[in-house]
Amino acid sequence: MMSALLAVALYGAAASSLGGICWRVWRWAATPEPFAIPTTTAQQRSLDGIAPSRIESPTTRLGVVGRMGLELFLFRSLFRNTAAGRTFGGGDVDAHPVFLERKALWLGALAFHWSLLAIAVRHLRLFMAPPPRLADALAVMDGFFQVGSPHWYATDVVVVIALGYLLIRRLGNRLLRYLTLPADYLALGALLTAVTTGIVVRYVVRTDLVAVRQFTLSLAALAPIAIPAPGVWLSAHVLSVSFLLAIFPATKMVHAAGAWFSPTRNQANDSRRRRHLNPWNAPVPVHSYEAWEDEFRDKLEAAGLPVEKTK
Amino acid sequence: MAQQKPEPARLAAVDYTPPRRPWRDPRVEFRKGTYNYAAARRHLQYLGLPNPRDWQPHDADWKLPADWKRIILDGMKERLARYRSFRLFMDTCVRCGACADKCHFYLGSGDPKNTPVLRAELIRSVYRRYFTASGRMFGPLAGARDLTEDVLKEWFYYFHQCTECRRCSVFCPFGIDTAEITMIGRELLNLVGCNIQWIIEPASNCDRVGNHLGIQPHGFKDSLEFAADELEELTGIRIEIPINRKGAEVLLVVPSADYFGTPHYYTLLGYLMVLHETGVDYTFSAYASHDLAKRLNAKIYAEAKRLGVKWILGGECGHMWRVVHQYMGTMNGPADFLEVPVSPVTGTRFEHAASTKMIHVCEFTADLIAHGCLTLDRSRNDRWNVTFHDSCNPARAMGLYEEPRAILRAVVNQFHEMPEDTIRERTLCCGSGAGLGTDENFEMRMRGGRPRAMAVNQVRTRHGTNVVACICAVDKAALPPLLDYWVPGVDVAGVHELVGNALVMRGERPRMTDLRGEPLLAAGGGRA
Repeated sequence: MMSALLAVALYGAAASSLGGICWRVWRWAATPEPFAIPTTTAQQRSLDGIAPSRIESPTTRLGVVGRMGLELFLFRSLFRNTAAGRTFGGGDVDAHPVFLERKALWLGALAFHWSLLAIAVRHLRLFMAPPPRLADALAVMDGFFQVGSPHWYATDVVVVIALGYLLIRRLGNRLLRYLTLPADYLALGALLTAVTTGIVVRYVVRTDLVAVRQFTLSLAALAPIAIPAPGVWLSAHVLSVSFLLAIFPATKMVHAAGAWFSPTRNQANDSRRRRHLNPWNAPVPVHSYEAWEDEFRDKLEAAGLPVEKTK
Repeated sequence: MAQQKPEPARLAAVDYTPPRRPWRDPRVEFRKGTYNYAAARRHLQYLGLPNPRDWQPHDADWKLPADWKRIILDGMKERLARYRSFRLFMDTCVRCGACADKCHFYLGSGDPKNTPVLRAELIRSVYRRYFTASGRMFGPLAGARDLTEDVLKEWFYYFHQCTECRRCSVFCPFGIDTAEITMIGRELLNLVGCNIQWIIEPASNCDRVGNHLGIQPHGFKDSLEFAADELEELTGIRIEIPINRKGAEVLLVVPSADYFGTPHYYTLLGYLMVLHETGVDYTFSAYASHDLAKRLNAKIYAEAKRLGVKWILGGECGHMWRVVHQYMGTMNGPADFLEVPVSPVTGTRFEHAASTKMIHVCEFTADLIAHGCLTLDRSRNDRWNVTFHDSCNPARAMGLYEEPRAILRAVVNQFHEMPEDTIRERTLCCGSGAGLGTDENFEMRMRGGRPRAMAVNQVRTRHGTNVVACICAVDKAALPPLLDYWVPGVDVAGVHELVGNALVMRGERPRMTDLRGEPLLAAGGGRA
């Protein structure tokens, strides 16, 4: 019975998540970007004597790929983060501006996302037979420290710390607390639940991994078999992951797909070099030169300025 | 000015505690000094814009059309289908808050709705309510809000407290650009006739007459003649200033403030001197000065075609360059009746403008200097200790960072950068762009410009800086009152004013004064 529920939940979640993401991506992709609007964060390519930045103000496709790579995999923009110092708004009219290094957000975000990716890849071993080599290799690296039995994966620890940091940061900063939506806590809560139940399943309660793998492999083969006595924690883990996947496309988590489309990052800074086309370039009424000259002809002639038609 | 200026000490103390009311509550108080007046009926009528009427933001009744809500929602729907940026930026924000203290209006006002994230949520919440399933189903839990008249008023207030400077987009991990959101927010407001006077009146004048002040063609000519007289007095050289001349090689398009405003005017003198000295065959046009939207921008190419010029040279202007660099080719190109710009002096082919055929005067002059085509005497600028303010548009929407610096290093002896976090791609805004530079909005402008003024104060204290050089007409209008308020004694100058001071022209008489008529410092350091 529980087994059937878990199967339905996972299938439903996978469908909702895949369908929802595809729908969103299709809509972004189908909407034109009428103008070239890259944010130029470094020197343009103009004169020979001035070195351009090929990544931050790219004019070539390769440059754009480089910029997007840094953005998507190393969170380049977040790396710039600073915090305004207390001199702002401090009441001293002679104050100087102070910006403090604030790399914690970047580090926390990077740690969380990469750990989550590693965990997801590791889970592929449950759904593929034989398990992908990458997943095996990753598991070996991840368990390198060989602490405890079963070995603790470093990413399991890191992901909890990083998520905890993101949550505490959100709760601890009054401005952030003010602008946070209930849906933002929902996303964090769902992630934390999925992660902690997973940790309990792996490290705390006895779980028959062979049975689990038989069950997940059968799901992947679209021929589900029952899993005998899945247990409370395993069920909780499967259900929380299903919930997470299901809400993924409808919440802010969809930024994972959206980031690839950002026009201020994925366009080249070449709009004077090459014409960027706007598919709906709508005609507008233009006040023509002829009409202008008609209105001001007397004044143009009196001032001795050239005209097309004399009176 | 109508109202009393607030005390700097009062504006310098900012309370960053968020209010008790949740941000979903849209009510705003239109407090004097923090908003702009509404556009007059006749300008809306001239431009053919919707719902012309007499009203002011502080009125209780905004005289909206009966079906205003449908108009706004239809407008949103249309824009969601037309702009990937808009649709994407509605979907991808995670509210990480990295943008919050990057906005000069938030730093200066402490109002959480002036953080880029909440500014966008004002419209995102409406998007969720009417355009997403989760918003329709879960309402406030999913961050959705109903569109009410109070929400519309809130949009008007906060979308006119954003200068579209794009500083937030540098720091956003998803590149969300609040300029896109503010522009679309303002477009939606425009659909129901909620515009501000300082945007609509200049637009109407640019369209009808050819410049933002509505100076008629003969007045335009008089201003340029006056400039020629001044230059003759200063240098002993009489220069011709061609207007609407067919067959010239280059069409020169400068911001209209250059022939009317101070210190813009000295920049104009600088261009005229460089162009005369290098013998460039150019013309002004009284029909096509510059401006923002497609229909105004269209006039530049139309005039270039009529006059038969080969390429276009653009002056020191901020938002014109946003349009020229990122929009003009798309909106009004292809400019296949023009040629790829080639400097008639150095022979440099400006391949980077191969499609749009328009180059920035700083690119032109930096190229002249790199080729040693100008004789420059830096000491004529010795009364100035210079810093450079990157104007937001040429910086973050173009990447023009080193050209003006190369020029400055060649024309002044004393040059110091402001702190790194406040220049180049992280440059702080003047606080008055995007139509906000009005007297009635004085307090909010001073608040928004405060971070920039603090950076100027730092170089003044450390290096004795006494002038901020910049390349934007709005900066030249906005920075003088801003610096006067926060850092009195620091002046503002166009880059080409400083070029004009340093430029040694063939056959000139010994220069006794700079372009402002101030006596030059003698070589020893004292006044001549």
